[in-house]
Amino acid sequence: MLSRFARHAARITGTLILGGFLGATLVRVAPGFGVDEAELDSRLSSQSIEAVRSSQPANEKLGAFYWHYVSHIVHGDFGISRSLQRPVAELLKERAPETAKSVALGLLLGWALGLSLAIAVVISRSWAVDLLAGVIGGMLLCLPAAVLALLFLIARMPGRLVLALIVFPNVFRYARNLLVRSAAAPHVLTARAKGLSNFSVLCSHVLRPAAPQLLALAGVSVSIGFTAAIPVEALCDLPGLGQLAWKAALSRDLYLLVTLTMIVALVTLVANSISDLLAQGLAHNSAEVTA
Amino acid sequence: MKCARIFGMGFLLAVTLACLLAPFVAPSYAHQFRDEPDAAPSRQHLLGTDDLGRDRFARVLYGTRVSLLLAPAAALLSSLLAVLIGGTAGFLGGWVERVVMAATDLFLSLPWLFLLITVRALLPLNVSPITSVAITFALLGCLGWAAAARVVCADARTLASSDFILLARASGSSGFRLLWKQVVPNLRPIVFAQFWISIPVFILTEANLGVLGLGVAEPLPSWGSLLRELQSYSAITGQPWQFVPLILFVAVVSCFHLALLEQESPA
Repeated sequence: MLSRFARHAARITGTLILGGFLGATLVRVAPGFGVDEAELDSRLSSQSIEAVRSSQPANEKLGAFYWHYVSHIVHGDFGISRSLQRPVAELLKERAPETAKSVALGLLLGWALGLSLAIAVVISRSWAVDLLAGVIGGMLLCLPAAVLALLFLIARMPGRLVLALIVFPNVFRYARNLLVRSAAAPHVLTARAKGLSNFSVLCSHVLRPAAPQLLALAGVSVSIGFTAAIPVEALCDLPGLGQLAWKAALSRDLYLLVTLTMIVALVTLVANSISDLLAQGLAHNSAEVTA
Repeated sequence: MKCARIFGMGFLLAVTLACLLAPFVAPSYAHQFRDEPDAAPSRQHLLGTDDLGRDRFARVLYGTRVSLLLAPAAALLSSLLAVLIGGTAGFLGGWVERVVMAATDLFLSLPWLFLLITVRALLPLNVSPITSVAITFALLGCLGWAAAARVVCADARTLASSDFILLARASGSSGFRLLWKQVVPNLRPIVFAQFWISIPVFILTEANLGVLGLGVAEPLPSWGSLLRELQSYSAITGQPWQFVPLILFVAVVSCFHLALLEQESPA
């Protein structure tokens, strides 16, 4: 267990170091990096312009730039957003709770809806329920998050719910396939023949074997939620990290954008690792019980 | 299933043909009928006109053409990259495979849309419509290879340890020739499936980028820019024909999924 934990921690650290380096490289080589608007001030003498230029980090080599970038981040200094002229740490602190709330609600509702429908398909064993749920899920898979957000705007419905509708079809499709396969196992048929109630069969023989895979999907759905947060928050005017990323992209504020991407990547990596560890633990326990 | 596939393919073919024939059946997408802004559907303008007096039917046809022809091009690019990266890694195995797969994992761990808009923001935003089309779809192609590369790598690894490759090695074939002549042709089914899976993903992503104003630049229409017009939809003035691009979009993406169902089911 400890070695698995260490492996995940090493993977996250490695990804962050590499991703951070790539991000810093992107920021460093971006056109216009290190150019101060003050240089365009016609009142400045050539010596003053030279002084402004030499104070810019653009003069640093990539290695030195990365070192400064990382050491500042380690000390909680994420720099200043070029477009909003505010410290990035302050912007993150202000907007992260909004996104966390939206994504958490979206995941909760999406999972509740997706899993309930998948269970309904397995319990009812009716092709009509399966077809209806499949068509609803399929339709939602064909709609981009941005369009769903627009439709919610037109219908004057809360934009946060869009995230649930993005998560739902992915959860439903995977959970349905998993549970149907699990319910078709010979031991489930035996349990039914022995007169076990639907509820007992579902809990003990259908959901339990599928739990590790469902947990693994939970980690992936966090990434789906964060990705959908960009169009949803941008179009529904929710002041979260997604809207911030969109504004940063439109104003080409790469420093802010790279920092946001790295933070969201860190959150999704941690979520994936936690779900992986839990899934592996659950699978291990099930194997021990079976043995 | 077979009927659904035939229907899906037939619909996609009909839509593609209609788009290719756009110059013959509709006026130019950029022509502005200044006397008729926001016009209702008529014989002259089948889906009415937008606020600038541009024919909506023409814009739907040209927009569908942009998305429907360039998404497969982007999918082709990403599939080729997947074969190059995943195929080589799986065939060579050892530390090469481990390093390449670690890089692929890193790529996959970055949230897709965040990564896409970050790289998009690195490139100029105020560009000509044609350049914006090229940038958007090249980005999709260049950044969308990772998931396919994982699958291709696993398949190439299995192939590399199969009997016929052993026979080929014993016959003196090795290195690039073995990869090119024996492994790559056998990767074709899996690459084709990955290519087909990528098309609806890229269409959906282009639509997301277009609605956010980071996709294809005006006046060239694409599904993203057509769907963005829903932002100005008002339930009070009610112009339901504004939903036609959305209906067409859902129908086309559904047809791609129908064709995919058929591809997945035999396995």
